[in-house]
Amino acid sequence: MAATKTFRVLPGFNITLGFTLAYLSLIVLIPLSAVFLKTTSLSFAEYWHVVTAPRVVATYKLSFGLSLVAAAINSVFGLMLAWALVRYSFPGKRLVDALVDLPFALPTAVAGIALTALYAKNGWIGQYLDPLGIQVAFKPLGILVALVFIGLPFVVRTVQPILEDLDTELEEAATSLGAHRWQTFRHVILPILLPALLTGFALAFARAVGEYGSVIFIAGNIPMVSEITPLMIITKLEQYDYAGATAIATVMLMLSFTLLLIINGLQAWTSKRTGRDR
Amino acid sequence: MAGATTFHIGIDHAHRFESKAATRETPLVKWLILGVSLTFFVVFLLMPLIAVFVEAFRKGWETYITALVEPDALSAIRLTLLAAVISVPLNLVFGVCAAWAIAKFEFRGKQFLITLIDLPFSVSPVIAGLVFVLLFGAQGWFGSWLSDKDIRIIFAVPGIVLATVFVTFPFIARELIPLMQAQGREEEEAAVVLGARGLQTFWYVTLPNIKWGLMYGVILCNARAMGEFGAVSVVSGHIRGQTNTLPLHVEILYNEYQFAAAFAAASVLAVLALVTLVIKTWVENRAAQSHKDSTRDDAS
Repeated sequence: MAATKTFRVLPGFNITLGFTLAYLSLIVLIPLSAVFLKTTSLSFAEYWHVVTAPRVVATYKLSFGLSLVAAAINSVFGLMLAWALVRYSFPGKRLVDALVDLPFALPTAVAGIALTALYAKNGWIGQYLDPLGIQVAFKPLGILVALVFIGLPFVVRTVQPILEDLDTELEEAATSLGAHRWQTFRHVILPILLPALLTGFALAFARAVGEYGSVIFIAGNIPMVSEITPLMIITKLEQYDYAGATAIATVMLMLSFTLLLIINGLQAWTSKRTGRDR
Repeated sequence: MAGATTFHIGIDHAHRFESKAATRETPLVKWLILGVSLTFFVVFLLMPLIAVFVEAFRKGWETYITALVEPDALSAIRLTLLAAVISVPLNLVFGVCAAWAIAKFEFRGKQFLITLIDLPFSVSPVIAGLVFVLLFGAQGWFGSWLSDKDIRIIFAVPGIVLATVFVTFPFIARELIPLMQAQGREEEEAAVVLGARGLQTFWYVTLPNIKWGLMYGVILCNARAMGEFGAVSVVSGHIRGQTNTLPLHVEILYNEYQFAAAFAAASVLAVLALVTLVIKTWVENRAAQSHKDSTRDDAS
């Protein structure tokens, strides 16, 4: 590494980087590589058979489909909530702002049983939906509710700082040039927010795809109907089918890694667009 | 992927936008946005939180207390605390080391290293548990070696700690890296040139600058460590009184239809979440305050 051979004033480079790499390898890299090595115990045909079994494919459709819908719902309502928090004063605002992070702080199992209690037939919300013929708990719709819950802060917290940094001059210029409020939003504000909004969408989606704790209580977990991919992995593990569980895990991991790269790219775009660090 | 949890200094901007005609909406639109977004907030965030406490007290105080002092609940609380007490300091040391190396020095592959540190955030908790089963489980790589030595990791406490360390791995590093990068290295270099030793420099120069970010990372790391469910569930084996953490205890009670007891245990975790949010808000306010003070100092 000739390029980095400059004189360093500060001490501790070798020891901190050494420890960082050792700890990273020990806790994350080596264990994760075990997943990929384990799949080599299956032939490609066996692997393909496991990851494309109808019951497994049904879980991908459910997990990915509902995660996309949840992330889309969060993008719309998360943007509105961030807008309200940044632009309006209202009583209880500080409380609302602090509680937006609740899904980060509340253990997923707690969220899961609380949502189930709310949306069950006799629950606070479920009792009004049931006469309308809408069943949420123990149906795919219940999974969607849980995924919306856990994904909301991702959108609010990525959009909020960008909204706060927005210069009022831009909107004043647009208005003085004759733009309506909606035109100003659509053509001036939204393009600035777009990278952050997409980042929030991707973060919410990535979190939703892997989510387990808050979903399993409300899902009903019926094969082919309301079974998510992480549960499929657990089911295989409980049957001591380690190779099968691992095969499905690799499919999820590859999707996660792809998302991670996309999110990194989006965050770089956000900082380029707005001059913020992240 | 901690992007969204990153520490940000909250200052109320509303008056800046509400004071000018060009940056505010008509009252109708404003009330519509407020109404819809706050309804969404109440239905999706506030009501689940309230439901936890209402369900917990549905059968009265006595049932509530009984559910919390029974031996299995107490042992679950102890194990939850143990997992946090081990994983938070480990990840704190890691976070500080990683941030020091990344923020204070230039080296090739730095961006890639930051991406790798983020990895555990993008891995499903279930897979986080699975990897340790593959390594240390009965059929795992080290399985037969461990059983010869009579060491249990999976379905035992070490597995729970390992899984917790894995899922909370990036929290503190992710807060400190951008913070220390933004602060540069001039102050530390000055201290070293004036004769301070490495640890002195860190303790007296770096630490005061990063203390709020550090605390922020520690609180979030701790909340996740105590609340982790999926990863821990895979490696725990759900042995009552031995390998049950509090979130797993909630699940077992719930699946046995002991709803009041399940929600009582859940309410302890919900209180923990609320305390986390209170400390987090306090840290943000203190950081905003010291940020304001330091910019005032710079100006004078």
